[in-house]
Amino acid sequence: MERIIQDNLEKSEFLVNRRVFTDKEILARERAEIFNKCWLFIGHETEIPEAGDYKRKKVGGRNLLFVHSQDGEIRALFNTCPHRGALVCREDSGNSRVFRCFYHAWSFKNDGELVGMPGKDGFPEGFNDEGTKNMKAVNRLESYRGFMFVNFDDNAISLDEYLGNAKEYIDLVVDQSEYGMEALGGVQQYSVRANWKLLAENSVDLYHGMPTHKTYFDIKQAQDPNLKRVKLEGKGINLGNGHSVIEYVAPWGRPVAQWTPIWDEEFKNDMEKMKTRLAERFGEDRADRIANYNRNIVIFPNLVINDIMAVTARTFYPSSPGYMEVQGYSLAPKGESDKHRLARNNNFLEFLGPGGFATPDDNEALELCQEAYNNNSEVEWNDISKGMVRGEGNALATDELQMRSFWRHYNSIIQESLNKEVAHR
Amino acid sequence: MTIKTLERQDIVDFLYTEAKILDEWRLMDWAALFTDDGTYIVPPIGEPEAIPTKSLFYIHDNRSRLQERAERLLKKEAHVEYPHSTTTRNYHNILVGDIESDVISVDCNFTTHRTKREVVDTFIGKIKYELVRENDRLAIQRKKVVLNLDSLRPHGKISLIL
Ligand code: FES
Ligand SMILES: [Fe+2]
Repeated sequence: MERIIQDNLEKSEFLVNRRVFTDKEILARERAEIFNKCWLFIGHETEIPEAGDYKRKKVGGRNLLFVHSQDGEIRALFNTCPHRGALVCREDSGNSRVFRCFYHAWSFKNDGELVGMPGKDGFPEGFNDEGTKNMKAVNRLESYRGFMFVNFDDNAISLDEYLGNAKEYIDLVVDQSEYGMEALGGVQQYSVRANWKLLAENSVDLYHGMPTHKTYFDIKQAQDPNLKRVKLEGKGINLGNGHSVIEYVAPWGRPVAQWTPIWDEEFKNDMEKMKTRLAERFGEDRADRIANYNRNIVIFPNLVINDIMAVTARTFYPSSPGYMEVQGYSLAPKGESDKHRLARNNNFLEFLGPGGFATPDDNEALELCQEAYNNNSEVEWNDISKGMVRGEGNALATDELQMRSFWRHYNSIIQESLNKEVAHR
Repeated sequence: MTIKTLERQDIVDFLYTEAKILDEWRLMDWAALFTDDGTYIVPPIGEPEAIPTKSLFYIHDNRSRLQERAERLLKKEAHVEYPHSTTTRNYHNILVGDIESDVISVDCNFTTHRTKREVVDTFIGKIKYELVRENDRLAIQRKKVVLNLDSLRPHGKISLIL
């Protein structure tokens, strides 16, 4: 394959080869070089608050058990029996001290240690002395402010170093709560018949906001005539390591501390108090940023944290070049009142959910792109040049610097992998 | 139909009529089937009794939002349903509760097939209705759609009114 990107600073033109969305070999390289080596979000620590709590997770193509073990540690166990391989845990979530594989009934403590095998006399003394018959845990599991990530590469840099400049933005999301954030029930599991990278792009693409989501803004404007004056103003920022963010003025109610007319007067009071409290904690500027600005963050390769009219974390994995599986979490401040929580959840499902007034249209846009990549042989390049003329550092949120950041990093990984192969031949 | 002689068949006809209205994309007529305090909800998969402050619903519409939903889906800018997909709704196993009571509960199974761009998606599950008599007609006070799916895959979205 010829080049993946054409990054022409002189011409202010940035192109992406459309084959990256359809090519099976590219997907194989993404598995090897990206999903096997990057830090991948597995879940939020509040999903498994008590000892024994567990959730099944699919991360980077693996079947994992995200478990709060009896010793207080949180682990990610590979959900496969060391005996003959069966999936050990079949429930999606629950609380248990032990997991028992039904096939030959080996059983394991929730830290993975083998504690029971029928017909023990058939096995030698000290059969498991090396621990090779325990359920295996992912070696690298690290957390940042409640967000937990795994890495299947033992030599990977630390999560802290990996997140780098992105931490500043995660902090702005988490700092909206004095007591920490929690993940709500009802994790949304859906799919898009499109390449996974299109959703990474879409998540920091404010350029599409108006044309794609006009019907949502129609509804919001009917509720709040003043909304018309608010433009989607803000910045696009490259955070390094492929991460990026758009930060812009919120044209809607934010249940952090920005009131909107569909909420009552009591609410307005609450919001003012919340804003005052934020200012006490962080000063006016930061309080303003936390309450009145939106953030859409992409953590390379496939975690999106949107702090918009509600907070969502989404991951998405390819099962083929043209199909991805999405999981969408909602995060909310611990201890939020029921009234505020309901307003937040209304905001969420109205825009962000697969039954909402906006997300289904994103889904459709991505599917239309994918369908039209049937024309790749003759029409080869996507254009991601918007705002290049302004120069890095001056990009607007409605520009495309944030996508270029993703693609430049992606290119450095995949192009290098392609070059290696040529060298071997 | 005179309300005094309301029979089970009237309830069944009402449901079938709702399905027909939806299949014909007469969405404003659909919204008009609801009482002024009518609600339309789709709880999270696997949590039919979820509480909306603890779990995230797919749809949790009060009367005005279900109206907005209907209006939106009729716009050309509701891209996901433009051009409209073709749908076929079937209601089965209809169980009508006490027909004399003020609020008549009705449970049924449903299948809704949606086809668009040569792909068919099928939604399956149960619907729980609470119907009331209002000005000589039946009206929906509550419609709760419980999806019997493992996830929204491969559907990817609930862009239809279920
Ligand atoms: S495969 Fe698990 S006990 Fe045999
Ligand atoms: Fe969008």
